[in-house]
Amino acid sequence: MHDPQPLSRPPRNGLRWALIAGAVVVAGGAFAYVGGWLTSHRLTAQRLVDELQRNGGGVHPGYRRNHAKGVCVAGYFEGNGNASAYSTASVFAVGRTPVVGRFAIPGGNPYAPDGSVPIRSLALRFNLPNGQQWRTGMNSMPVFPVATPQAFYAQQVASRKDPATGKPDPAKLAAFFAAHPETAAFRAWAKTARPSASFITESYYGLDAFYFIDAQGGRHAVRWRMAPEATDTNPAPAGDDNYLVSDLKQRLARGPQRWHLLVTLAAPGDPTDDATKVWPADRTTIDAGTLVLTGEQPQDNGPCRDINYDPTVLPAGIAISDDPLLPARSAAYADSYLRRTREEAHVPGTTAPTHAPPEAAR
Amino acid sequence: MSTVRTTFSLPARVLHWTMAALILAMLFIGVGMVATVSEKHQWLLAIHKPLGLAILLLAIVRLVVRLRNPPPPLPEDLPALQKLAAHLSHWLLYALMIAMPLIGWAMLSAGGYPVMLSASLRLPAILPENALVFAWLRTAHGVFAYLLFLTFLAHMGAALYHGLIRRDGVLRSMVGGQARNPSPPMPDGAGVVNGRPTD
Repeated sequence: MHDPQPLSRPPRNGLRWALIAGAVVVAGGAFAYVGGWLTSHRLTAQRLVDELQRNGGGVHPGYRRNHAKGVCVAGYFEGNGNASAYSTASVFAVGRTPVVGRFAIPGGNPYAPDGSVPIRSLALRFNLPNGQQWRTGMNSMPVFPVATPQAFYAQQVASRKDPATGKPDPAKLAAFFAAHPETAAFRAWAKTARPSASFITESYYGLDAFYFIDAQGGRHAVRWRMAPEATDTNPAPAGDDNYLVSDLKQRLARGPQRWHLLVTLAAPGDPTDDATKVWPADRTTIDAGTLVLTGEQPQDNGPCRDINYDPTVLPAGIAISDDPLLPARSAAYADSYLRRTREEAHVPGTTAPTHAPPEAAR
Repeated sequence: MSTVRTTFSLPARVLHWTMAALILAMLFIGVGMVATVSEKHQWLLAIHKPLGLAILLLAIVRLVVRLRNPPPPLPEDLPALQKLAAHLSHWLLYALMIAMPLIGWAMLSAGGYPVMLSASLRLPAILPENALVFAWLRTAHGVFAYLLFLTFLAHMGAALYHGLIRRDGVLRSMVGGQARNPSPPMPDGAGVVNGRPTD
């Protein structure tokens, strides 16, 4: 080839080098900005999970960063065809879809006493015959405290435990609630809610709105809940921190336990982007089928352990709404799943799990 | 008469610039989607998977084009270390643009996720469900994404260095068009590209 030397040393080479450096810095800076490294106040999935981790009492290797204490269940969903006019998802047709589920209580501490919170949760993964899945994470209250991930984060920050008392600072919580009047409906529920003695007797609400998509492509805004057949609510036993699993084992030993999937159709104007607001009680509700749970297994080795119950994993026929909590749940659950599976896999930089409660937590 | 090229073949150039745009978009989509909690998370995720498959298919086509159309040689006066860096970085780019989509696909399979390209189009799983395999593949997917971005920065910087500082025709060989190299006309016929004279 030729020798470029004679013409490659013009006097403006400094400017040319600056141009090259500038292009690299701009590209690298844009990448860092999009990744959230340059904006320490922007809420990211990682910051949200860090906060949940902190409120759960630090890292419990191998466990979920929220709803850490739970138990695996298995069974099936028996569709009755009632919802098929609204959604093409095969799970709603007449027939059985296998389900792997998980009961849990909220919070990041896998050793928390069952009576420490009035909320119970049920997560389900429906395995459809076409290989698609429907995953849902439901809670035993009809409304969520907040409507946005930013408010949820603020609630977690306000709930940080005071190192002196080991409890959240009541003044900070009060300030948070004062600044977030949308929490009123949840607080009204929480005032009367008592920790139930059983997972089986609870209703579990999907909270977020979704769309059912029918065969003509029509979209129907919906919310769903699982309503129990068993209603023999008893007071929680005293002196036992782990009564929920004992109760679950006893009841499943007696036979399968059932819930009805109740799907509520929104009327025009009902909010789909605000999980703090219930829809009016007169909305059409469809009994779409029966959830039948037949067995349980500990979460340390049960089939639910390795499932991320991301509520945005949906089959054709169900789609997410504009509820801002849904993408945040998806992003945060993915980060939590990555952290705990890395711990299980002993990826360098993580703490390997022991799956034994520390003495202090017993 | 020698038939040494001074530019990449037209298919190679089209593939290069198309994939440059797609891969750069993909890297920004990826780093953005794992961080954001906004509604962008869902639509970035929805783009990420089909775009990843598109990049995988294009990368395979490109590898075939590359093997069938040898690229123009680097300038003879390029220092050996820079030549080595150029060759290694190019094969690293090829390896990553093929490995990244495969790792992503395998990682979702191992995580037990249905690999949905759209609301109803699903790719089959290429690995059985295994959370430990997921953890390693997901970690590799992230680390290799950063490596790919750094390699891109080096590649872009080197291309601009060739184009602005050395002005040795290396950048022009991928941009294409008329050779505007200020060096004297090449008497050995090296100025003939794809059978056409460049002047």
